[in-house]
Parts: sequence; structure tokens; C-alpha cells
Amino acid sequence: MKKSLIAVAVVVAASAATAQTTDTLKKIKDSGSITLGTRESSGALAYTLGDGKYVGFHTEMAEHVVADLSKQLGTKIAIKYQPVTSQNRIPLVQNGTVDLECGSTTNNTARQKDVAFAVTTYVEEVRIAVKANSGITSVAQLAGKKVATTTGTTSVQTLRKHERATNVNFEEVFGKDHADAFLLLESGRADAFVMDGQILAGNISKSKNPADYKIVGEVLSVEPIACMLRKGDTAFQTAVNDSIKGMIKSGELAKLYDKWFMQPIPPSNTKVGLPLSDATKAAWANPNDKPMEEYAKK
Amino acid sequence: MAGGVPRTHGRQHLRRRPLGTWDWQLFLQDTGGGETYLQWMMSAWGWTLSVAVLALVLALAIGSLMGILRTAPSALLVAIGNCWTELFRNIPLLVQIFLWYHVLPSIFLVLRDVPSFVLVVFALGCFTSARISEQVKAGIQSLPRGQRYAGLAMGLTLPQTYRYVLLPMAFRIVIPPLTSESMNIIKNSSVAFAVSIAELTMFAMQASEETSRFEEIFIPVTALYFISAFAINRIAQVIEKRLRIPGQIGGK
Repeated sequence: MKKSLIAVAVVVAASAATAQTTDTLKKIKDSGSITLGTRESSGALAYTLGDGKYVGFHTEMAEHVVADLSKQLGTKIAIKYQPVTSQNRIPLVQNGTVDLECGSTTNNTARQKDVAFAVTTYVEEVRIAVKANSGITSVAQLAGKKVATTTGTTSVQTLRKHERATNVNFEEVFGKDHADAFLLLESGRADAFVMDGQILAGNISKSKNPADYKIVGEVLSVEPIACMLRKGDTAFQTAVNDSIKGMIKSGELAKLYDKWFMQPIPPSNTKVGLPLSDATKAAWANPNDKPMEEYAKK
Repeated sequence: MAGGVPRTHGRQHLRRRPLGTWDWQLFLQDTGGGETYLQWMMSAWGWTLSVAVLALVLALAIGSLMGILRTAPSALLVAIGNCWTELFRNIPLLVQIFLWYHVLPSIFLVLRDVPSFVLVVFALGCFTSARISEQVKAGIQSLPRGQRYAGLAMGLTLPQTYRYVLLPMAFRIVIPPLTSESMNIIKNSSVAFAVSIAELTMFAMQASEETSRFEEIFIPVTALYFISAFAINRIAQVIEKRLRIPGQIGGK
């Protein structure tokens, strides 16, 4: 008896709490502000210039989304930037601290159990970076070599699966972060660096001598990257998606892509130089929130 | 969602997942490399223990030697011991790891072929040796001066005095701080992940990212660290009890 009472109380409390947090649009309108989750160093997608300034392709896209939301709600919305990490981004979206997270989050089925995603706005391709004079051009040539990647990324898993599937044995070395992993390649401790294409391109563009490195070989995996929001808030999700679809249609998103990936960007005014991939083009042509697993199937 | 019960969204707190939604089965899942997450975690634990134990052996050897040198009657030996201790005591551990891994090999090219595991053992061992040296020195200095003179007066050489009179007493006195140091080395071994040792911290970061299940990964990892450090504590207590001499410090 007691147990069932507690159960009822928990369910009531839970649904009350859910009702309270899932109407993000109302929350934004009432408070006049939105908390935008962003990343401090996710390549050209989202990064900080210091002093609480956040920029990047996804950051600027999110700012456009917020501008559209203010039009829709008929009130001015202030943006509060909240830097997140890969460890805390999902809990912070779930508990209502962050309303919309636009960084470099991969949409996959495991995460879809906890959160919802806007339509995919960037498709990441995992590639191989090598020294230009190494002669390596494909995964097959990595046999017996040392391959660097970054701890805490899905590229480690990709690499592991590839190794098993292709029977190409290589030694994995891990950097604590992307800069460390690139240093492994730079210092000769690794023969290749396997990571998201835009992170490779970004690290190469910022290196002492960008011409010394090349991005080569097949695409090891594709990962749809999208903005993340709370699960079950259809109205908010639709509003965000409509805004993004509008930007795709008007060509605004393509302009933003060109600005952040093909033109010199701060702070060092170097170009990432990564042209729009076919996979990203396809995602824009047919906006969807399919998880990574569905990309692997085809 | 199980049973149609809505998931709780604590507004002010981090998410609290009801116990029933925890997914412990992920440990039986394949990582994609032909082993399960459980097997991977056990192997990571092995790396953690290997790094820690080897570094501890090195730290005890070098630390004791340096501690003894610092109490020797020769100014040169004292200076060597002091330099060693101050050098490794005043640089943060993570920086030392990077020095061994990235900087030294670019100066001494031979080190390039040394596995990172060995470099980490040296880095952690040298870092800890400075702390052990300090404790051993303090242990020897805490003995009454008369002990040294009595040994020498009996006709023992200085090394013999250390071997038969001073060290047996000093080491018994410093067992408790050495225990703390040995437990610290287990915990400090977590920095080894920074130079690609597949130890527990690295497992925790990587596996939680792959599975998106943070609690399920971090709880057992925390427990394994606790068990490892606590085991060292118990072993040290056994040693302390066995070595106790009635009537002396720590004895009954």
C-alpha cells in the first residue's frame, strides 16, 4: 500500500516536472532568454575566442535560429552562452540548464533515448591525415603502422571496428585531446591521425607548415551532427527545424558554411579549407534527424 | 521507456535516472573489437596496476637511495640527493609525463623507440621518488644521533651502520607515510591516459563516450580504483604489524 502511494507520488511529481520543463518556447518567452549550449573547441563548428565570445558555423546558425524564434514569439530573446563538454552536454539539456545545444554532437540511437535532435546540418566524415611525404593513401597501407586518435571520441571505436573488419593490424596511440593527437603525428610518434575531417583540416591549417600534411584515403565513417534539444518538446523542435530549413532554402546556411569552412577565420585568420561534402549536401537536400546508425546501413 | 512511466526531469539537479533504467548489460556488449566492455575494463585495470606497481618499485628504490644520500656526511652526496628531490618535487606530474614523452625523446633520439609504458613508469616513479626521499630522510633524521655514533663506535663502517642500525629503525618509522604514497601512486597512475596508456581513466572516458552511459561506466571504475588503493593500504598494515618490535616506536 505504502509502496503504491509512493509510486503514485513519484509519477505525479515526475509528470509535473516534465510538464514544467518541456515547454521550452513558453520558458523562453517568459524569461526573455534562451540558454545556448556551445563548445569551446569543436573546430570550425563551434569554438571560443576567449572572453565569453563563442563563434563557429553552428554557433552562428544557432544565433539565426534564435532570431527566428524571437520573430515567432514576438519578443526579444537574449542568448546566454553555456559552454558544455562531451561529458555534461546530455545531462545539461535533459535537466533544463541548456535549451538548445549546437556544437559537434553526433546524432545516434543511444543518445536519441535521452534527447531529441534538430535536422542534421553537418555530416562529419572520419578521415585519415598523414605526412604528405609518407606515401600512405589508404587504410590498407596502415598495416603495421602507428595510428593516432583522440581519447573520448567515436573515432576510436570506428578505428577498432575497421581494424577488425579489414584485418589490417595497426598500433593505436591516443592523444588526450586533438592537439595532443596531432602532436603525435607531427613528432613522428604516429604515422597517421584518424579523426573528423574538419578537425584534421583545422589542425593542419594551424600547423607550422600545412603543406607537410595531407588528408587521404577512404571515408571511415559518417556521422550526422545536429543541434540537440530536450526530448518530447515537439513545438520547440518544429520551430528550430523550420528555422534551419528556412536557412537551407534561402541559401543562408550555404553562405555560413562558406564563411566558416572556406574563408579565413579568427583568431589566426587561417582557412579550414574543407569544401561542402556530398553527404552534407544530401542532408540539406532532404532535411531529417536520422541517427548515425541509419547512415551506416546503406 | 519502461512501463510508460515518464522519465524524471529534475529542473535544478542533474538528471537522476531511476535505478530500473540503468543499463548494466552494456558490459556484455561487444566494443567492436571482439571483446566486451567488461573484458576491456579488466584489461584497463591491469594496465593501471602494472603502471602503479612498477612505478612504486622504482620510486621506493630511487627514493630510499636519495633519502639516504641526504643524510650522508658528505656535502656532495647531500647535494645530489637534494637536487634530485627538488627537481622532481617542484614540477607538476602531468608536465613531467609530457616531458618524458614529448620533450626528452626529441632531445635524446634513442628514447623514441622506448614504449610509452616505460616512459610513464619512469615519470611516475621519479615523481614519487622525490616524495619518498623526503620521508626516508625525515625517518633517518628522527633517530637520536647517538645511534649513528654507537654503530660507528662498535667498529661498523658507515654503510654497515646504515644497514644494521639506522635503516631498520627508520623504515619502520616511515611505513605510514610510505603507505599513503603507495596509495597515491595508484591514483596518480590515472595521468598515464594522457600518453596513450589504456588504463582505467582512459577506459572510463572512452567507453562512456561510446555508450553514452556515464553512471554505469564511472561507478565500477571508481570502485576499482578504491579497491586497488585500499588493497595497498591493507598490505601495508600487514607489513607494519609483522615488522613491529616491542618497545620501539609503533611497537607494543
